[in-house]
Amino acid sequence: MAGIADIDHAVGFATDSDQFLTFTIQGEEYGIEILRVQEIKGFSKIRPIPNAPAYVKGVMNLRGTVVPIVDLRARFGMCEAEYNQFTVIIVVSVGTRVVGLLVDAVSDVLNINRQQIEETPEMGSDTDTTFFCGMGKVGEKLVLLLNVDRLVGAERLEALEQVSA
Amino acid sequence: MQIDMQRFHAAFFDEMAEHLATMEESLLSLERSPDDHELLGSIFRAAHSIKGASGTFGFSQIAGFTHHLESLLDRMRDGQVRTGSDLVALLLRSADVLSVLLGAAKDGAPLPADLEEVVQALERAQGAANQAAEPPAAVEHHPVGHVPASREYQITFAPGADLLRHGMDPLLLLRDLAQLGELAAVSVDTTRVPHLADLVPDECYFAWTVRLKTDKPLEEVQGVFIFVEDSSQVTIQQESSTLQTTSQGDAPGRGDRPASASPSDARPVTQSAASDASPARTMPAKSRTSECSSIRVSVEKVDDLINLVGELVIAQSMINEVLGQLASDNLPTVQEALSAMNRSTRDLQERVMSVRMIPLASVFRRFPRLVHDLAADLGKQISVEISGEDTELDKQMTEQLGDPLTHLIRNAVDHGIELPADRLQAGKAAQGTIGLRAYHEGGNVVIEVSDNGRGLDRERIRQKAVALGLAAPDEQLNDEQVYSLIFAPGFSTAQRVTDVSGRGVGMDVVKRNLEALNGSVSIASTPGQGSTFRLRLPLTMAILDGLSVGLNGEIYILPLLSVVESFRPKSGDVKTVAGRGEVIVVRGKPVPMLRLHRAFHTAARAADPTQGLIVILEHQGKHLGLLVDELLGQMQVVMKSLEANYQKVEGLSGATILGDGQVAFILDVPGLARLARSTESGPAGPAECSHTQSLRQPETTEERQAVAIVGSPR
Repeated sequence: MAGIADIDHAVGFATDSDQFLTFTIQGEEYGIEILRVQEIKGFSKIRPIPNAPAYVKGVMNLRGTVVPIVDLRARFGMCEAEYNQFTVIIVVSVGTRVVGLLVDAVSDVLNINRQQIEETPEMGSDTDTTFFCGMGKVGEKLVLLLNVDRLVGAERLEALEQVSA
Repeated sequence: MQIDMQRFHAAFFDEMAEHLATMEESLLSLERSPDDHELLGSIFRAAHSIKGASGTFGFSQIAGFTHHLESLLDRMRDGQVRTGSDLVALLLRSADVLSVLLGAAKDGAPLPADLEEVVQALERAQGAANQAAEPPAAVEHHPVGHVPASREYQITFAPGADLLRHGMDPLLLLRDLAQLGELAAVSVDTTRVPHLADLVPDECYFAWTVRLKTDKPLEEVQGVFIFVEDSSQVTIQQESSTLQTTSQGDAPGRGDRPASASPSDARPVTQSAASDASPARTMPAKSRTSECSSIRVSVEKVDDLINLVGELVIAQSMINEVLGQLASDNLPTVQEALSAMNRSTRDLQERVMSVRMIPLASVFRRFPRLVHDLAADLGKQISVEISGEDTELDKQMTEQLGDPLTHLIRNAVDHGIELPADRLQAGKAAQGTIGLRAYHEGGNVVIEVSDNGRGLDRERIRQKAVALGLAAPDEQLNDEQVYSLIFAPGFSTAQRVTDVSGRGVGMDVVKRNLEALNGSVSIASTPGQGSTFRLRLPLTMAILDGLSVGLNGEIYILPLLSVVESFRPKSGDVKTVAGRGEVIVVRGKPVPMLRLHRAFHTAARAADPTQGLIVILEHQGKHLGLLVDELLGQMQVVMKSLEANYQKVEGLSGATILGDGQVAFILDVPGLARLARSTESGPAGPAECSHTQSLRQPETTEERQAVAIVGSPR
């Protein structure tokens, strides 16, 4: 991350902040890099996939493409909610893949200054922090920033690790 | 420059392969009709294109070799060398050398061992190898016989600056002109040659003015320039006999960049030179229809188009559905408009799909050569009859058809057609025939490989099958069943292993290849009359003929080709075999059975088999009974990949989108067969009916696997 920031500085189009799309799950605020977001869709019918893990709710038809849907509540081990009119699918791109993330509601687009992003604190063994790449502070609010690559697509993660190693 | 060239290498090799194929094809036809000038012309053009292009790309070895070939062809075209079968054989051999050379250039394969030998043979055949090199010598070679020239042409030829880079040699063109008649005057215009410091070595700065006396028509003179007319300025004027020396004063100032050689400035160079001449005929940069009728488009682009149109179709059917539920006064108008749109969308889809389709000729045309060579090796006389090579099939499928068809044809040559003596003894013509036929039949393409040889030996196949344990000695089998035995792995009745076939691989590979293409193969054979292998293929892999079945309110699609039959079992038909899962008894025979809802861990409306339906599926000759809730109907579906965004799911080969926009999964029969072997474990517990998605136990093997791919919890 730091390397990229340095290059940005050197090339001269460094902005000190990144834009994040924020959304809520169980009242908590999360953020995702806006460049990752392809579109936001209302909840539409999902076709369950046989023998899939519980957090993969199934697939939906996104204009002819079959897109898997990951329920973030289930992914984070929270209790599953009833789907309502606020339930939203955030379609993100992970490498060449397109994946839908099921969240409670979308809230805002925030500019978060890089200096205001801190490492995810260790929260004990029963809380899994692998899925987060940091914690952003915006005024009084704390936003947990999602690491999409870790969330979906382990192969891509391995590839990244090999590159950085 | 070098790097730029690399980008075009793939296209170059594609093109070379095409030219080579054309050449081979024409050569084989030439063997039958040695006097066909049209054929010689097309062979010459192919050789010429190969020479030109390989020169451009710096493959001098190929260009050099093709030059020898071209010289010989040129002589043949002129009628100086008689076309005979030994010559055709030599040319075919040269084509082989060329293809090896191309292979060597492509991926560093070793050079052909007989290169020198073939070059020498070519030179010998040409008779005047050393004279062919220089144009003046060539003029001498055409003695005064041509001179009674009734016509005179004034030709100005100003080659485009990058002519040399296209592998053309202007001197060759002048030589060609010289062969048409007598060159009365040749003058070269050197005014465009720049100072040495500005000179680009591979640019052409010269222009020529030629006065040609000949009795040949204008078309033939124009023909000389056919390969350069796009890039060069060529003016040909037919003159009355007034003699007039022409010198090129000032050619229009050409920019020193080669870009100026665009066809747009291909105007006549000298209009003033002959005011009393008949109107100047400029050869326009016309498109040669035969070569410009196709373009190369990357497959991804086409796939994108197909996807887009697919989306359009889906969006439209959604509108249709919604509209059907509305009631209003102007509804009929809307419906009318929509049905018009319906039609054009379907048309569009069809057209776009057809972009992927290519004629089968691209596979078929390699077989005459194959048969020609094999027959010669085996001492047989065989002719090949091809029909329907214009029938089009999906590109990918066409490419994958090459192997199975080669197997079938090799078999027909080796096992099917008898030796000439045997044929005569059987009262047949000494020459056998192998037929290759393609045609459409009800949304499928059928390809037939037939021979009029000895036919399949029913009894020997049966004995062999019994010996291999594929059939019981006393089993009653009909013809079809017997013939289908030859598709079993390791099956070969050839008494000896030959170079051509008989190693016991082949037929099973043919069948597997075809199944991978969603196709099938059947055999018809009459002893002593020959046999016919009939391959049936869907038009495209992207579309699947499916049978839709329902399970727990969801729709699944089964490939129709795998479905044998379906029925509702009676109680007692389903039996549990200790430790080996369940079987369903079909007409007295036990068939392994898989309850789809159990394999997929969902609920079923008809957990009791007698309330549901059994669909018998076939895969590689084995049957499997699949228990589903209901049969819904037959439909064509567009295959969508699940792996693209998710991962492979055992038992599914993909997904599709139904008319109402919902996703439905396409079942994978081999995968289901694997599931049937691995997941069936004893009789079902009573909890099965309440066994739903949310209640199922987590952490099955499949799930752990999915976790590993979708994410990685610590």
